[in-house]
Amino acid sequence: MTEFTEVPSPFCGIGTDDLTIRVDGVSLKVIENGCAVNTPAFEQAITDTSARVDGKEVSLEVAVAKAAELLKNTNLPVIGGCATDVNGMRALLALADRSGAVVDNINFAGARNNFLALQDSGWMNTTLAEVKNRCDVLLVVGTDLEDFAPRFFERYLWNKEAMFVQDTSARDVIYLGKAPSGNASTSPNGKKPLVLEAATQDLPEVIAVLRALVKGQPIRASVVAGISVADLEIVAEKLKSAAYGVVTWAAGALAYRQAELTVQTLSELIKDINDRGARCSGLPLAGKEGDQTANQVCGWTTGYPTRTRFSRGYPEYDPFLNDTNLLINSGEADVLVWVHAFNTNAVPPATSLPLIVLGRSGMTFSKEPDVFIPVGTPGIDHAGHAYRMDNVVAIRLKKLRDSGLPSTADVLNAIEHALREETVC
Amino acid sequence: MLIRLTGGVVYDPASGIDGQQQDIYIQDGRIVNKPTGDFLIDKEYDLKGKVVMSGAIDMHTHIGGGKGNIARTLLPEDHRQDPVASTHICRSGCGHAMPSTFVTGYRYAEMGYTAGFEPAVLPINARQAHMEMGDIPILDKGGYVMLGSDDYLLRMLTAKKDQKAINDYVAWTMHSAKAIGVKVVNPGGINAFKFNQRKLDLDEQNSHYGVTPREILKVLATAVKELGVSHPLHVHGCNLGVPGNVQTTLDTIQGIGGLPMHLTHIQFHSYGTEGDFKFSSGAAQIAEAVNNNKNITIDVGQILFGQTVTASGDNMRQHANHKLASPNKWVTMDIECDAGCGVIPFKYKDQSFVNALQWAIGLETFLLVNDPWRIFLTTDHPNGAPFTSYPHLIRLLMDRTFRNDVLATLHPEAQKMTTLASIEREYTLQEIAIMTRAGAAKLIGLKDRGGLSAGNWADITVYTDNADRQKMFEKPDYVFKDGQLVVVDGKVVSTKWGTTHVVKPDFDPSVEKGLKDYFDRYLTMKLGNFKISDDEITEDGRGSITVHPLNGDVA
Repeated sequence: MTEFTEVPSPFCGIGTDDLTIRVDGVSLKVIENGCAVNTPAFEQAITDTSARVDGKEVSLEVAVAKAAELLKNTNLPVIGGCATDVNGMRALLALADRSGAVVDNINFAGARNNFLALQDSGWMNTTLAEVKNRCDVLLVVGTDLEDFAPRFFERYLWNKEAMFVQDTSARDVIYLGKAPSGNASTSPNGKKPLVLEAATQDLPEVIAVLRALVKGQPIRASVVAGISVADLEIVAEKLKSAAYGVVTWAAGALAYRQAELTVQTLSELIKDINDRGARCSGLPLAGKEGDQTANQVCGWTTGYPTRTRFSRGYPEYDPFLNDTNLLINSGEADVLVWVHAFNTNAVPPATSLPLIVLGRSGMTFSKEPDVFIPVGTPGIDHAGHAYRMDNVVAIRLKKLRDSGLPSTADVLNAIEHALREETVC
Repeated sequence: MLIRLTGGVVYDPASGIDGQQQDIYIQDGRIVNKPTGDFLIDKEYDLKGKVVMSGAIDMHTHIGGGKGNIARTLLPEDHRQDPVASTHICRSGCGHAMPSTFVTGYRYAEMGYTAGFEPAVLPINARQAHMEMGDIPILDKGGYVMLGSDDYLLRMLTAKKDQKAINDYVAWTMHSAKAIGVKVVNPGGINAFKFNQRKLDLDEQNSHYGVTPREILKVLATAVKELGVSHPLHVHGCNLGVPGNVQTTLDTIQGIGGLPMHLTHIQFHSYGTEGDFKFSSGAAQIAEAVNNNKNITIDVGQILFGQTVTASGDNMRQHANHKLASPNKWVTMDIECDAGCGVIPFKYKDQSFVNALQWAIGLETFLLVNDPWRIFLTTDHPNGAPFTSYPHLIRLLMDRTFRNDVLATLHPEAQKMTTLASIEREYTLQEIAIMTRAGAAKLIGLKDRGGLSAGNWADITVYTDNADRQKMFEKPDYVFKDGQLVVVDGKVVSTKWGTTHVVKPDFDPSVEKGLKDYFDRYLTMKLGNFKISDDEITEDGRGSITVHPLNGDVA
């Protein structure tokens, strides 16, 4: 039995790296600093250790050869999921380049709300340590923050000491849209957040009015989507008078059409405040199960985030058309490679296409894939790197046990190799 | 395998060889002396009439790290203008302003470059910088770690910690981030911006810490020198882009009191306030100061006309300039009580008075600084222009007629505000070789690079002499990296992985006591998880680490 301390998590997105985990053979137990997201993700048991072809257990070599055979002479392979570590993504992109595939991350539909805003007008953002030490006003938009990241408040707002905030428990927390599901946002001295509830799909209207108020525009209405304009005026004033205001949202929680315009309005509102002589920053929530990692590695390898295709020999980005489900349903895709090393529930979409799955051990399927290769989970079965939500910080994941499961990178590199040899012959 | 490069005209300033015909022998990746006795040549290249230099080294180029990837993500429309398809040996990607990592490696190599150094490695983002550089083929690489706006250092200065304590912290950070140099960007200014200060002059206090940029420069330059790090403190000064900043730069030079200091992209820090537009060239004053102060080295940060993107750690100045964004979209970030960044797309226009004069100021600086060992050829890629414009820049330096022809097409008022037309100097091939090879290797402290004598690694570039220097430098006949032929006629023919250059200055291990306490109380990562281990760079089997000696080390 071994105990690991200071274990970083690739699951929660907020870069918790203070977990203590006890390892007994291949079973893991979170001893300290677990949470509703991290504990089950670390403790998930290994079930499959062997690759399968057509449901029959085979050696890894046979499974790799079969995968290469399925990818050979295809017109448009799609590599979906894309949930792995940096080295896994490097191998995945090499295989996509080789095979002319489309690369699409499982969380892209949410992330797209951010990318479209970023690529159209940009933003002013901050990172978690700045929040921890500087933030005096936090505005949470359309997101149940403690459900997204159970330890966010404990780690980054109610920290006992901060370099530049005298009394951290006096920080202002404001919820706009969704109300919090628990009490994590109540400060240690009992101060409750200001909650201004509105239906999620009404947020565009609410945020537009908030921006107008920040800019000092007159508003005729007295109520917007059930929130009084006077209350929104209070929010605007708090942001404008904050020493270091922070606005946070989870792009995936803004589940309505063209939510990128909401992200854009928020980001422009933040810029407006900075142009008016105060400091304010955005803090997009993400980073779960390799989503930031996928977009970062794809970014430096191709210039674009995921939803990039290599079918014409060079990368082409389309945040709408290069969508796994769309390409399957339209009949354009002719083979699906599904990569998800983190979550057994993140199964591939239903399809009649030839299907190759690199999944976390324990993944179950309604229809057996042509090839299934259980892979190790980065941060448990092998070392690696993952990006946190705030994008600039890559965490060094540790190897905690010897499971014998191959890494995503090992398997995808082997498939790419096999494909290369086939092409050369 | 023994390779002979026969009959080339060699420019090797490191050995004092200036255009002499010489054979070069390569064995096991290194240059060797001509073997004695009988020997068999396995492969010979006839280089009669060709120009031979060592592989070029870009000592300041933004090729790895978060702000570059933000720049990429921000500009899909720029990538679409320059798609790069895969070949049987090369990966696909994109080019132009901020190329993908693989294309960065190929295009540098195709211009005869064999190494590039990322000048702005944030300690907290160093992993990313090394991972990105780990995906740049062919080139050797390395990074200068950024300090000076990190709260830890500013707290030390407020607490009046002694120089020894600061040296330990600097050395520890260099180890943790795997760096070969130390950079400071707008000293203390990135930090001051977080306290809502919008400008910070050399002697202006940070509103929270009471520390001035001058003090920060002094302690960091002293630390770098006392630790024996070859590369002097790499300084992106105060007031970037502000008319009148020439005085700030002159004060910075005087204020450092003779300590070694490298002033980077000095073009952006050489502006006066004369003339109808209250914007003028300070290049002559800067060049005079550089000529008179042997402790100072500079790189230019030349601007060239066209679309690019500016990516800087200086979020204070980038925010101040955001209205100049073209196209109008931009990003700034405050980062981890460590640093910050700002990314602003920019289009330099030859019919803009300011841009045209910036162009002239850069060239004046090149031509008025006498010692090519203390000035380096950069565009601050991608900030002044993408690195792919270097051959054009070399032609501007080597060909006065061409230079004046271009000048004559620029904004007429800018032409009146520059002495460029009257400057007769034309750079020689040897001077180009100094700036881009021998001088750069010496400045960074690279052992066994940047020269062609026996013992050096065989990083070698072969050109066909051509009066059109742009044509000559954009398409080398051959490029060898560690003895492997990687480029023929300006195209990659094989690839390999370069090494990561670092230094490892000593520090007192007890420095971690204070740091651990600070990390636990204020940061978001455990100290042990912050430090980058060697295996993070080497574990994929492609990367390697080369540790260079410190000043004072016995070779």
